[in-house]
Amino acid sequence: MIPGLADPPIQSSRGFRVLMQAMARPGTIQRLNLTQPPALGPAAGSVLLLLADPTTPLHLAGDLPGLAPWLQFHAGSPLTGPEGASIAVGRWPDLPLDLLPVGLPDYPDRSAMVIVELDRLDAEGPRLTGPGIRGHASLSLPAIAPFRANRALFPMGLDFVFTCGDRLACLPRSTRVEAA
Amino acid sequence: MSDYNFAYLDEQTKRMIRRAILKALAIPGYQVPFASREMPMPYGWGTGGVQLTAACLTPDDCLKVIDQGADDTTNAVSIRKFFQRTAGVAVTQATREATLIQTRHRIPETPLTEDQVLVYQVPIPEPLRFLEPRETETRKMHELEEYGLMHVKLYEDIARHGQIATSYAYPVKVEGRYVMDPSPIPKFDNPKLSDCPAIQLFGAGREQRIYALPPYTQVVSLDFDDYPFEASKPDHDCDLCGASDSYLDEVITDDRGGRMFVCSDTDFCAGRVRAGHAGRLAGRNKGAAA
Ligand SMILES: [Zn+2]
Repeated sequence: MIPGLADPPIQSSRGFRVLMQAMARPGTIQRLNLTQPPALGPAAGSVLLLLADPTTPLHLAGDLPGLAPWLQFHAGSPLTGPEGASIAVGRWPDLPLDLLPVGLPDYPDRSAMVIVELDRLDAEGPRLTGPGIRGHASLSLPAIAPFRANRALFPMGLDFVFTCGDRLACLPRSTRVEAA
Repeated sequence: MSDYNFAYLDEQTKRMIRRAILKALAIPGYQVPFASREMPMPYGWGTGGVQLTAACLTPDDCLKVIDQGADDTTNAVSIRKFFQRTAGVAVTQATREATLIQTRHRIPETPLTEDQVLVYQVPIPEPLRFLEPRETETRKMHELEEYGLMHVKLYEDIARHGQIATSYAYPVKVEGRYVMDPSPIPKFDNPKLSDCPAIQLFGAGREQRIYALPPYTQVVSLDFDDYPFEASKPDHDCDLCGASDSYLDEVITDDRGGRMFVCSDTDFCAGRVRAGHAGRLAGRNKGAAA
């Protein structure tokens, strides 16, 4: 079994601060390398170990060999279909965005966080504006329309963490996306 | 430190709080419910803020704790010691040196930076609570953006007092969506909430709510065209450091009605005095005068 975190309290505290900065400042690219999971990069594995536990049903989208037992061992999260997910993870073409929970009008927080493993992640491309962004940011998103549709649901919606190797950037539901 | 997990809380509790923080950052101004834990201090001592701080602290942090602007009150000292003991973090009283600041009822005068996190202790997170005691109803009001009653209340203030009498916990609207209680900071501090480079997190322990303002979020104090919001403060300069732009506490100096005005932010005031600024009563100190 590939190890999880060597010193969980300390590593997770530092890792969370990186993730919090990323969510608070949409489009900024951060490095996060706490672990090497099967089938995904270190950043995606780190986010999973930081957030997943037996109280967070996980949806694994697409073919992610070895990931389910690794997560079972390190996080103990129950696996679920997309409708019941509090966290979903996979590659962009495999993720069933339309089926994931976007929260309720009076409880918009009851929504899924989506971890998307990408082949590239750069500070160029579609233009991001909104809370957390001074002026605007740019991020190489895999599409535009789904994120505009997601923003239109605000305050409901999905929150995205894009990962590529040991790098990550976030796109919360509050961010407005336009073509560059 | 061996009796505690790092920063006191167990890892599963921290994960739960951390998930709530991320949701709060994604929905600025919305109150995210969380399962508040018992902390080894009474509720009035800011257990919501303490839990946020515990979930955010790393061993690399330098922590500042303020209570109404002061670093040396019993409440501030005890929270600071708690995290020195349970997390082994460095502490400071200097706003500029701090990477994480937990505060009760003030925003520091020294402008915050992108490298800082400000954690507020919140007693009553729901700005609509005094208009509507039922949680199901206030939740519905937020859902439907039914904030008319809040404006009526502020307007009644104007009818009765000739101005908006609310001077603490003055309600704000976040990014044109949620009305939010900024905690009982003086309304003088309200403009600092908006477009702030630091992350701002709000925690209510008894009421089990977390909410947040990401950096550079637009925060507007509620007001009216004919009665615009005013970030007022006592019309004096600080008697110790001469500052004309800081929030002041009034201190009674003797039993003959003597009084002085001093900065509520003790680090800001002491820094100005060290830099050679002097007020009307320079040389006296707040503690001795009181
Ligand atoms: Zn002063």
